[in-house]
Amino acid sequence: MVRPTRVINHIRTLREAAGRTQADLAASVGVTRQTLIAIEQGRYSPTLELAFQLANALDRPLTDVFAYPEEP
Amino acid sequence: MGYIERVTWSQVIVSAPVGIAYFLIVLPQLAGTSPDDIDWITPMLWSIGVGIVASIALSIVWGIVAGRGDRDAHLKDQRDREIEHFGDRVGQSFLTIGGIAALILAMVDAAHFWIGVTLFTGFFLSAFVGGLARLGAYRAGFQ
Repeated sequence: MVRPTRVINHIRTLREAAGRTQADLAASVGVTRQTLIAIEQGRYSPTLELAFQLANALDRPLTDVFAYPEEP
Repeated sequence: MGYIERVTWSQVIVSAPVGIAYFLIVLPQLAGTSPDDIDWITPMLWSIGVGIVASIALSIVWGIVAGRGDRDAHLKDQRDREIEHFGDRVGQSFLTIGGIAALILAMVDAAHFWIGVTLFTGFFLSAFVGGLARLGAYRAGFQ
């Protein structure tokens, strides 16, 4: 029923490297912890604006946080 | 589980038995009674009232039990709004079908019983199926 996203994210890895909790990072970008979990697990694609906010919150370039595989 | 998802679960859990109870109360009466003589209004008002009160009560109790210290209490974020709109789109088709069916029944001068039950069915399916769609989006994912 749900089309899986092809967007890859490294949010969890970067978040843990920064020593931040899910709740803390979620609060910093104005979403619930459940939404952040859904993004990390690829079950929800954030808007472009939210993606930038996450990258800024992690103090990393957008392309470090998100990636899109090239067409085979 | 977030606040909005808890509210959605509460609405779905309550709407199913309440709606089914209405149909079980009213429809069997057709076996021995003319539709014009069946009181379909009082059970409908009760089911709507009980459904609203019960879903709110369940949501509040669930929130108290599960949401203690939850920073996200009562927060509706972007994902919640998108899933809400998705559920509304899924449920809207049942509202439309129910409305059209009721319109046709009115055109052919059907008993008010059939018109009322048809509309109620449309509202019930809209709420129930729309709620299931939202829960599926929360649990399985939403893009």
